[in-house]
Amino acid sequence: MSGNYFLYLGTAALWTVGLSLMAMVGGGLLGFGIALLRVSPVRLFSWAAIAYIQVIQGIPLLVLLFISYFGFSIAGFNPSPLVTVVIAFSVYSAAYLGEIWRGSIQSVAKTQWEASSCLGFPRHLQLLQIILPQAVRIATPPTVGFMVQLVKNTSLASVVGFIELARAGQILNNTLFQPFTVFLFVALIYFCLCFPLSYVSKKLESSYVANR
Amino acid sequence: MNYIFEFSDVLAAWPRLLKGLVYTAELTVASIALGFFLGTVSAIVRHQKIYLLNTMVSVYVEILRNTPFLVQAFLVFFGLSTLGLRLSAELCAVLALTLNASAYTCEIMRAGLDSVHRGQVEAAEAMGMSRPAIYWHILLLPATERVYPALTSQFVLVMLSSSITSQISAEELTGVANIIQSETFRSFEVYLIIGVIYLALSFAFRFAFWAIGLVIFPRKRLLGTSL
Repeated sequence: MSGNYFLYLGTAALWTVGLSLMAMVGGGLLGFGIALLRVSPVRLFSWAAIAYIQVIQGIPLLVLLFISYFGFSIAGFNPSPLVTVVIAFSVYSAAYLGEIWRGSIQSVAKTQWEASSCLGFPRHLQLLQIILPQAVRIATPPTVGFMVQLVKNTSLASVVGFIELARAGQILNNTLFQPFTVFLFVALIYFCLCFPLSYVSKKLESSYVANR
Repeated sequence: MNYIFEFSDVLAAWPRLLKGLVYTAELTVASIALGFFLGTVSAIVRHQKIYLLNTMVSVYVEILRNTPFLVQAFLVFFGLSTLGLRLSAELCAVLALTLNASAYTCEIMRAGLDSVHRGQVEAAEAMGMSRPAIYWHILLLPATERVYPALTSQFVLVMLSSSITSQISAEELTGVANIIQSETFRSFEVYLIIGVIYLALSFAFRFAFWAIGLVIFPRKRLLGTSL
């Protein structure tokens, strides 16, 4: 493998990072909404959120990607592969993040809700000023852990023609015919992206347990 | 939007979809069983706290947990064949899924083993229980019971990631769908249908694990108390 090939994989790795960040932002916004609906006292809202989470978590991401890829084209839109993939990943990560954040919000002690309502906080201020700041601390380790899953799963974007690290590896392999070397190197790049995140997640978790 | 949905061509191919579904289920069950065994053995090895072995197993686990399953499948399928080991796509799919599942199982089971209080093991030793009996009755069974919910969701994730093996030409449900869509050009319909099938399958798996849990853990323990 010569320098050009490394450059090619490096550029593709940047797309993997970019795609992960975009999916994290999109999924984060949507997932936050899902988490709020999930803890809403209105039955209809919480059921809708449960249905969303159950359906998305019960379908493989690969199939979700295919559905959104072909779905957009028959609906008459022709978005670029990037837009299709970012939307599919946002929908996917929203289900997982929504569930993680729901758990964090619900694990804040119930007395915090009661105390703040005694002090006359309206519900939106209770959430914003009392519950969420405490929930964020609980939510951080699993959220970082989910980011590892997200970075790894961006490799599936290759099946709908988006050129990121895994796809670049396939293309490179088609010219070099050295699958073992190429994919080992691709795996190494993924490892370098994911391991720091895993490490941070583990550290945050143990420091949270120690401080509790 | 003036698209006419046409499910009949896809539904006409139901025998192949059924075959793919059965294959997905077999693939998943085989990988879960093998992965659970391998993962539990590695968790026991890590539990010994022997420095060299411990490091080796944790390197294995971290490598598998921090690389995408797609790339692992490529390495097993294309990589092994260049090294002179030609295996069928089906065998590679089971192998890759097993390795992947074993790494996650190892982490989960390790947490379970660590959660058993030292005093339990010491008490068993004082009562003269043999080493294998201590491992089975005092460590493994209670540990598995504790982490059973986490194991269950991990196993459902294994089922979902089995769809990725379609990329190494294993003809499981997604693989069959890929073939059907290239014949009928009804791409959206095919993937919508298998999406529903996967959803039903993941509910079926969750139900099955819940039922299995009732059988193998008949006693009701208060979870969260120190055993």
